[in-house]
Amino acid sequence: MISKKEVQHIAKLARLDLSQAEIEKYRKELSAILDYIEKLKKLEVAEIQPTSHPLKVENVMREDRENEKLKIKNEKLMELAPETKNGYVKVKSILK
Amino acid sequence: MSLINLTITQAHEGLKKKEFSALELCQAYLDKIKEKNKEIFAFLTVTDDLALSQAKKIDDLIAGGGEIPLLAGIPGAIKDVILVKDLKCTAGSKILENYIAPYSATVIEKLKTQGAIFLGKTNLDEFAMGSSTENSAFGPTKNPHDLSRVPGGSSGGSAAAVAANLCNFALGSDTGGSIRQPASFCGVVGLKPTYGAVSRYGLIAFASSLDQIGPIAKTVEDAKIVFDIIKGKDELDSTSVESNVEPQTLNVKSLRIGIPKECFIKGIDSEVEKLIKAAIKKYENAGAKILEVSLPHNAYALPAYYIISPAEASANLARYDGIKYGYSAKGKDLMEVYSKSKGEGFGAEVRRRIMLGTYVLSSGYYDAYYLKAQKVRTLIKNDFEKVFEKVDVLMTPVSPTPAFKIGEKIDDPLTMYLSDIFTVSINLAGLPALSLPVGFAGKLPVGLQIIGRPFEENKIFAIAELFEKL
Repeated sequence: MISKKEVQHIAKLARLDLSQAEIEKYRKELSAILDYIEKLKKLEVAEIQPTSHPLKVENVMREDRENEKLKIKNEKLMELAPETKNGYVKVKSILK
Repeated sequence: MSLINLTITQAHEGLKKKEFSALELCQAYLDKIKEKNKEIFAFLTVTDDLALSQAKKIDDLIAGGGEIPLLAGIPGAIKDVILVKDLKCTAGSKILENYIAPYSATVIEKLKTQGAIFLGKTNLDEFAMGSSTENSAFGPTKNPHDLSRVPGGSSGGSAAAVAANLCNFALGSDTGGSIRQPASFCGVVGLKPTYGAVSRYGLIAFASSLDQIGPIAKTVEDAKIVFDIIKGKDELDSTSVESNVEPQTLNVKSLRIGIPKECFIKGIDSEVEKLIKAAIKKYENAGAKILEVSLPHNAYALPAYYIISPAEASANLARYDGIKYGYSAKGKDLMEVYSKSKGEGFGAEVRRRIMLGTYVLSSGYYDAYYLKAQKVRTLIKNDFEKVFEKVDVLMTPVSPTPAFKIGEKIDDPLTMYLSDIFTVSINLAGLPALSLPVGFAGKLPVGLQIIGRPFEENKIFAIAELFEKL
């Protein structure tokens, strides 16, 4: 069973705001799922290479140029931002 | 015969011969949606105006005597995780409730070029995470065969829409079974293509090394028509590749079908087992050779999947931080904006998987979980490569049970995950697999899963079509 402190730490890493009740709920649920995943412990895999991708493709290169066809109007993307100012996305100040 | 029952080829012939107009065909589906969508809730957005204006253009083309492509004027539905320019794309999430797609996915551009009609966007589990469509922030879709049951998920809206004749065909996406399992539960055909066969550009990412877009349709022929349009290498998705397009002539006498012995496990529904075995018997009677094979690491596929997919998801979903688009919560500082936007915007299952993914990737656990799962992925892939030296395709059930009741598994994530036990290994190995309706357990459809070698979709289609004739 993972601890409440661990759940809080993970939530912080994930930038997820959880209530006390949710922390308790996820503690139980994550523990159950992690117990199930423990099944993998039985397998000896020291000599096996990891697979991160189903196809054997590597370093797909392309020319570094603008694709006119793909150009999306700036305003269109800016309209999606929750807060903007003078054509920039506005965020809370980072430096105190 | 009513217009909404037609297959793609039948509808195409009818349009060409001017037996009916594209407008009439489109209106017939819109009427059906109006009648049925309230109870089934397959569609999140219905785009009447767009669909009718598209249909009008096709009619003008036909009136002008022009040749029309096979999909021209054929009304389809799009899972709401695939971007269609200027339409809302919610991913079934509150966090994208008001998000308007600024561009279209490559698959959408390809369908548009053909003149396909878009009826609307279909419901799904939030960010495609789930097996029942109950995780949609906008309410569950119902199974058209039994309204008290789930349509499967995550492409439940797309599968239910096809099954209830609310559209001719639909697009879904499949990360661990999300096309095949709902296709099985709803009694329609669904294909998860080989990884890389279809461009993922414009698909909202869940787990990028597993996600594929694929067709859901009434017949194998229709699924093949849609797949042939959407597949192909795309410069906007560097993981996409050109598939081998050789047509297949099937000689059933030389066909070798492998049945993994690990697949008729304890806990499989007896009706499902009976129907799957009867379907395999039909192939045997037609002359195919049935071989028992072994996938020794199959039991490890689900735990490996529930490490790899949440890990990738936790990285992919980090972008919904309330800054550039989507739901944004107020906070006293930037950190609080991030964590409140995500905490309030994401539903329970999405948060659960972000937590799980963050955990398995976190310092001190990476080797024990994520790296281990990637190694297990190699073993699973090797198992398939080995059996495919001996057989042409594999057959298994799509899911251990038919459609379950709404609410039955929603409070128990682990039991819910188990309904993907036969499908996740295919995504880990990147293989193509199709769900084919082979009968009913009571009134509930059951699907046979046909798994092929990479880029052998045509062989799968040929074998599946054979069943429809047996």
